[in-house]
Amino acid sequence: MSSTFDPRLANARIAPKRGIRLSWSDPKFRNIIFQILIVSALGLAIWYVAHNTQRNLEIQRVATGFGFLGRTAGIPIGEALVPYDPAVNTYGRALVVGLLNTLKVAVIGIVLSTILGTIVGICRLSKNWLISRISAVYVETLRDIPVLLQLLLWYTLLQGLPAPRQAINIGDAVFLSNRGLKMPLIEWQDAHWWTLAAFVLGALGTLAWNRTALRQRDETGKKPPVWPAALGLMVLLPVLVWASLGAPFAIEYPALRGFNFSGGGIISPEYFALLLGLTIYTSAYIAEIVRSGIQAVPRGQWEAAGALGLRQGAVLRLIVLPQATRVIIPPMTSQYLNITKNSSLAVAIGFQDVVSLSQTTLNQTGQAIEGVAIVMAVFLTISLSISLFMNWYNARIALTER
Amino acid sequence: MTMPGNSAPAALHAPIDARDRPPSSVYGPVAWMRANLFNGWLSSGVTILFGYLIIRAAIGFVDWGFLNAIWTVPALPNGNPDPATCRAVRGTGACWAAVGDKWRFITFGRYPYDQQWRPGICIALFLSLYVMSAMRQFWRKELAFIWLGILTLIGVLMWGGVLGLRYVPQDEWGGLPITLILATFGLAFAFPLAVFVALGRRSTQMPAVKLICVLYVELIRGVPLVALLFMASVMLPLFLPSGMNIDKLLRAQIAIILFVGAYVAEVIRGGLQALPKGQAEAADALGLSYWQKTMRITLPQALRLVIPPLVNTFIGFFKDTSLVLIIGIFDLLTSGKTAMSDPTWQGSSTEIYIVMAIVYFGFCFAMSTYSRSVERKLDSAHNR
Repeated sequence: MSSTFDPRLANARIAPKRGIRLSWSDPKFRNIIFQILIVSALGLAIWYVAHNTQRNLEIQRVATGFGFLGRTAGIPIGEALVPYDPAVNTYGRALVVGLLNTLKVAVIGIVLSTILGTIVGICRLSKNWLISRISAVYVETLRDIPVLLQLLLWYTLLQGLPAPRQAINIGDAVFLSNRGLKMPLIEWQDAHWWTLAAFVLGALGTLAWNRTALRQRDETGKKPPVWPAALGLMVLLPVLVWASLGAPFAIEYPALRGFNFSGGGIISPEYFALLLGLTIYTSAYIAEIVRSGIQAVPRGQWEAAGALGLRQGAVLRLIVLPQATRVIIPPMTSQYLNITKNSSLAVAIGFQDVVSLSQTTLNQTGQAIEGVAIVMAVFLTISLSISLFMNWYNARIALTER
Repeated sequence: MTMPGNSAPAALHAPIDARDRPPSSVYGPVAWMRANLFNGWLSSGVTILFGYLIIRAAIGFVDWGFLNAIWTVPALPNGNPDPATCRAVRGTGACWAAVGDKWRFITFGRYPYDQQWRPGICIALFLSLYVMSAMRQFWRKELAFIWLGILTLIGVLMWGGVLGLRYVPQDEWGGLPITLILATFGLAFAFPLAVFVALGRRSTQMPAVKLICVLYVELIRGVPLVALLFMASVMLPLFLPSGMNIDKLLRAQIAIILFVGAYVAEVIRGGLQALPKGQAEAADALGLSYWQKTMRITLPQALRLVIPPLVNTFIGFFKDTSLVLIIGIFDLLTSGKTAMSDPTWQGSSTEIYIVMAIVYFGFCFAMSTYSRSVERKLDSAHNR
């Protein structure tokens, strides 16, 4: 079929393609028999399990199916990103609230632990002996203590904070007590949504302008400045929109009423402990990844950049870190997956994430299989999306070899 | 700086004259500090700031943990300890007396008090098993029998019922032995499973087996251990014929084995992939069968390659056994948490957490030190 002809093959005898002999001495035949045996054994086991499950569910009088998602839940949820009322809303909505809580921990945890981990990783390579020692002790200690124990310890420490009446008061605006961290919040109005929209639009515009500028640089060798566009689109435009809508601006301060604070925004102790524990634990791993990534960059790169007259910080930022990123991304992906999976430890300190809420749902309805299926589906989807995104990013920054 | 020529041997051992020493600006503690701590104004500032913070934190910790700490408390007339002195120093000093009073409970859980020497011996047996497995002269076939023998002995000691030992049902076990049981049995069963899964995933001849292995590994690695543990505690009873029941510890153990198996399989697969292709081809050329090739040529070399990442996986999974707290199994962390709920020692949670953290840290640090030393040895063997 191929159009090219290899002259060496002119007189070569091509091994005859033979079929499968029905004999035990034929490895192909043996392989097929083994596979049939293994697959049918597995099938039999699955059938047996399914059969037992069906019988057991019949005995327990549990109806299978996802119908329970439409029923009223009645599970009180401490913090929810979307409006939720246990008396009205359904199990389905409760699970969505849980999913959003999981994402809230995972996304913010990933961002914070990347920042902290990168700083600690770079500090470990510092020429300052004290700084590199502190980072080493930080990494070695935190990696060898179970994350659950760390979470529980943080939670206990946060619970040991003073009661709201004796809260630690920072400038009469931020209050730290055993009920969490209270802080002032802008009273959110429609005008703010428009301002936000203008900002997003401006950011997109700046990106587009940046691409044009880069193309122009490739063609003419000169890059037109980007900062005026950025200033105009991302700062002036939102401010104009905000001003034209009457410039509403009011800050709601938390105030002590009775035994607790009211008004303002809150970070609950559960969420705070979870975020703190996960961030600190994962940052120790990320620090090691960053350190080994930087060390994987050949010394010659440092020396060549130094010979060009770049400062230490510029060498790190412009030469070393971009190259280290290629080594760093794959193990970093698995740390991001870990932080997402570890967010399920929320159960232990009473933060209601998707695992905790599906567990409550499961206990109330007895829908074990459906509950488990939902949790698996959620985590497999999140894991897959993170992997896909990181693979895309990895492919984008990968060295183009010619 | 030339040595006086003729009486060379005596002069070499003579103390170096002060004028022969390098100046203190390039040699000695002052020079070291200037190079490593006060190299430029930024470095100096950072050193001073962090040095101050560390000294303050250290003073605070010594004050809390040692100087103001309460080590023992007097007993009340009814024999119970009197926590009044501990409550008096709340917030300024640690109450180690709580740990002193509760350490047997934290270590052994609800195991009958007068029988606690049995789990004590089990802990020693586990430790000797780990030490033996870490030593190279024991890396031979007999090690498998040693494992089998010691694990059986541990089972006999924990359960009793034979040899005049009192029978102790499994739901009275607790504390450190449970953590070690979950970790060790998890490893013992997950390892062979992982080897087969890794081989299956690399199989080119059997696509169906490969598919099954890929599905198993990816499904397990995609979900958190907490979800798997919940699954095991809820779903396993549903899967079995009605009337048949397996206890909670075994359910958690199965979940842990499946979990660890998937991760270890990936590590072993990495080792198999890293092995030069020539090894397998040479074995094929010698006419070895698949199992001869795997068991005698590729697998031993691959396993040697992956010892350091394998140990790191075990460290992770040793820590992860603490998650069984969530399904209410009485491991070290759970017994510690239960000890904290004792009203006598209310408010001493931090002390108990610190002690447990030290125990976990000890195990994990020993393993990671070992992994690093093996890595160095392997490296030097490669570089030869």
